[in-house]
Amino acid sequence: MALAVDDLKVYYRTLQGDVRALDGISFGVGDGEIVGLAGESGCGKSTLGKSLVRLDGRMRYVEGHVTLDGEELPVWNTNDMNRFRFKSISLVPQYAMSALNPTRRIGRMIEEVLESKGVSFEGLSPEIERRLELVGLSAEVLGMFPIELSGGMKQRTVLVLSTLLNPSLLVADEITSALDVSTQKAVARALVDFRRRGFVNSMLVITHDLAILHEISDSIVVMYAGRLAEKAPAETLVHSPRHPYTQLLISSLPMMGARFSERRLTGIPGRPPSLLDPPAGCRFRDRCPVAFAKCAEQPPVVEVDSGHQVACWKAA
Amino acid sequence: MKSYFTRKLVTYGLTFFVAVTIDWAIPRLMPGDPIASMLARASLQDPQQAKAMVAYYNETFGFNTPLWQQYLNFWVQLLHGNLGVSIWLFPTPVVDVIMRALPYTLALLIPAITLSWIAGNKVGALAARRKVLDNTVLPVSYLLTATPYMWLGILLAWVFGSELRWLPLSGGYAFSVSPSWTWAFVHSAFWHWLLPFLSLFLVGFGGWAIGMRNMIIYELESDYTHYLEALGASQRLVRRYAFRNAMLPQLTGLALALGVIVAGALVTEVVFSYPGLGYLILQAIQNEDYFLIQGTFLFIILGVLVANFAIDIVYVIVDPRTRAGMQGSRG
Amino acid sequence: MAVTDPEYPASVLVPEATAGPVLPGGGPARPAAPRRSGRREALHFAFRNKKLLIGLGTVCFFLLLAIAGPYLTSYSPTATVGPPHAHPSSSFWFGTTTFGQDVFSQFVHGLRATFIVGLLGGSLAALIGMVVGFTAGYRGGIVDEVLTMLTNVVLVIPTLAVLLIVAAYLTVRGVFIEALFIGLTSWPWAARAVRAQTFSLTSREFVDVARLSGIPDRSIILREIAPNMSSYLFMTFILLFGGAVLIAATLDFIGLGPTNGMSLGLMMNNAVLWAALQLGMWWWFLPPGLGIMAIVGGLYVMNVGLDEVFNPKLRDT
Repeated sequence: MALAVDDLKVYYRTLQGDVRALDGISFGVGDGEIVGLAGESGCGKSTLGKSLVRLDGRMRYVEGHVTLDGEELPVWNTNDMNRFRFKSISLVPQYAMSALNPTRRIGRMIEEVLESKGVSFEGLSPEIERRLELVGLSAEVLGMFPIELSGGMKQRTVLVLSTLLNPSLLVADEITSALDVSTQKAVARALVDFRRRGFVNSMLVITHDLAILHEISDSIVVMYAGRLAEKAPAETLVHSPRHPYTQLLISSLPMMGARFSERRLTGIPGRPPSLLDPPAGCRFRDRCPVAFAKCAEQPPVVEVDSGHQVACWKAA
Repeated sequence: MKSYFTRKLVTYGLTFFVAVTIDWAIPRLMPGDPIASMLARASLQDPQQAKAMVAYYNETFGFNTPLWQQYLNFWVQLLHGNLGVSIWLFPTPVVDVIMRALPYTLALLIPAITLSWIAGNKVGALAARRKVLDNTVLPVSYLLTATPYMWLGILLAWVFGSELRWLPLSGGYAFSVSPSWTWAFVHSAFWHWLLPFLSLFLVGFGGWAIGMRNMIIYELESDYTHYLEALGASQRLVRRYAFRNAMLPQLTGLALALGVIVAGALVTEVVFSYPGLGYLILQAIQNEDYFLIQGTFLFIILGVLVANFAIDIVYVIVDPRTRAGMQGSRG
Repeated sequence: MAVTDPEYPASVLVPEATAGPVLPGGGPARPAAPRRSGRREALHFAFRNKKLLIGLGTVCFFLLLAIAGPYLTSYSPTATVGPPHAHPSSSFWFGTTTFGQDVFSQFVHGLRATFIVGLLGGSLAALIGMVVGFTAGYRGGIVDEVLTMLTNVVLVIPTLAVLLIVAAYLTVRGVFIEALFIGLTSWPWAARAVRAQTFSLTSREFVDVARLSGIPDRSIILREIAPNMSSYLFMTFILLFGGAVLIAATLDFIGLGPTNGMSLGLMMNNAVLWAALQLGMWWWFLPPGLGIMAIVGGLYVMNVGLDEVFNPKLRDT
């Protein structure tokens, strides 16, 4: 098991109290596996991604364990985490468009970052150029300023940089959200390609776009209101989901070729509960079409099939 | 880069042109004719020397010359370095009077500007990192920068000059010495320079410290900083990038503030009767020496333009994007 | 002097003041988010923000003193009413000057002039700055180029120098003339800042929609853009107000202020002129300086507080 997350809890500090953004989640990413992490806004997927690499100013680690390749990641201590970052676990951020220092040429910036981690830039130079070419960028990019690149180009540059030291786990946080469809496809393909070439071992791809996940991931984890709802191999999750939330999610996706008169596009009525003071029991209860009395008690995560876990009384 | 400098030079050229025109035009718009009365007084004193002044006056202000010719003559005289003859210090030419005072003002301005900018930036950056330092630096800086220049000068003069008697209260040098390159003079001049310099330095320092502190905090919250930290880059690198980037708006701000700083120097000189351009202007006003006032005005404008240009050059060095031919602004 | 380029996202903004120390900026103007309904929320936070309350309180205190002060004293500020060089006492709260004039009376009358000039000069500068900034930011193109060139020219010229020339030739000057000068020369900074903000707002969709509906430009600026920048505009005005107070004090100090009447700068001028420093007459020069410092400082602190109120990001902890 490359990554093992065990009952991780990370809250956000606010004036009104703690927002329980990530409230006890456990799952694993296998060796060489691409796991997609999906859910609506505010479900905690971004929080999860971030807390694996670097806790934000507002975030507060509460409890839980994260193990990477058998070694525990001290996610609560930002200094201790430094030796893992970039080398063992790396992040392609949501804000890749503005992730590059505007006043430094890209090549120079990469050199200085590597140097600060004790890695020689000269040694890696040919590899950097090779990888840039793989994603469709010429080596000239290294001599340019970020302002000279388009959004997609910056995204790909950041992708190359983040994976440069061949991390064991790559966390890709909403990297396709700001791109047009054809670039999205290119980036998704690049991700898979990187794994194939061994640049990264395993990946955690965070997005709300189930379609992309279906394309590239081996398994998909669906989160709701800070907790795990369902985890299953990609095909299974899309075609035979067990959790009511996942089912509603899948069926609310527009289908190619379907006409409105034949199939209505439905959403899921209601909104997720406030995480400032979440209700007891299953958090999907209020919106769930099949909720019953027992849902007042938090359902445990049950393995219903090989590699398929669900947190629902009805589904288990 | 060429377009960057072209723009700047055009702006400065235009500004100088406007300034000279204002300088030339204002006296004509004012009620009454103060110059004629002054001249009348001067010619009574010394008819011989008065001739030069009257000639200058006639060419640039005279009723007999058409307006456009007056304007042209003004420019011609200006380019010859002739700003007229001082009325108050008749018959000394204006340029000479200014030149005597200029070194004192420069001696105040240049160290005060550079040192306060550098020190303010350094301390501001430190304060952005250390909460403890921040809690003292911030309120003090706010206080300093809300202080009018002359008042800090007054305070310092009173405390150190009048009450404690550690430092001289006024003048550029003691009465017993005269300007020359002797140790006695330099020594005396230094002690007289210290308080006005300190006054300018402190006010400027406060402002730069606050600005830099805010800029650094802003840079440390930016996306590129977060990315660097996600990559586990060293704090040193993060701080270096933040500092470098924060300096840019501070530099631009310096150029914007030049007019203010110069004004501050002028009033500080007045407080200390320090024999620079500021004190000169005050005396010129009191003595209604309009030629001197005008000349000093042009000098100040020229100085500010030159300083602006110098800062523009420094900016090109510091922001690599301008060299690559782009507008030096945040991407 | 904290003066950062006003085209910078504001919270670090430090507007160029004018003939005074430059104001440190608290004023952030991150590209303003359409928040007309946030008014109640803003008020809620406003009453709880310490900096805003302290700053506002200080300014209001002096304002009250300026309004009511002259009625508290029966002495005229320029008349000789008592023994010269007198220390503060129960009959002369702030002592007397070299000529036996009541310093307290001078102080409160001076406060009045200070506020009037600050308000008028600041308002005029704000008005001009907004007109220029909105037009340049909204229209863009050649209009923008011309206006920017104009702004830069006025910006570079040291305002004090110009005011010197003009004021020196005018033998009789009043408070309004002084405010006029100040307003006419300190707007460039505001224009730059407003222009930068307008740029970012103009590129937003709601402006495109308004344009498509055929609403005239002036309406768009007044009804769509300006309200979204209202907090920023208000903070800009406060800084201009403070700046105007400082320039006025400086002008008065050199003797180029109003020819009649009293002002705080004039008090300091007289004090220095008549050797108050050497004679240790601290009651003559301390109050005016402290007054200006308190008012301007209060305005700055208010600004920082306002920034926190209007910008949720700064509010925490």
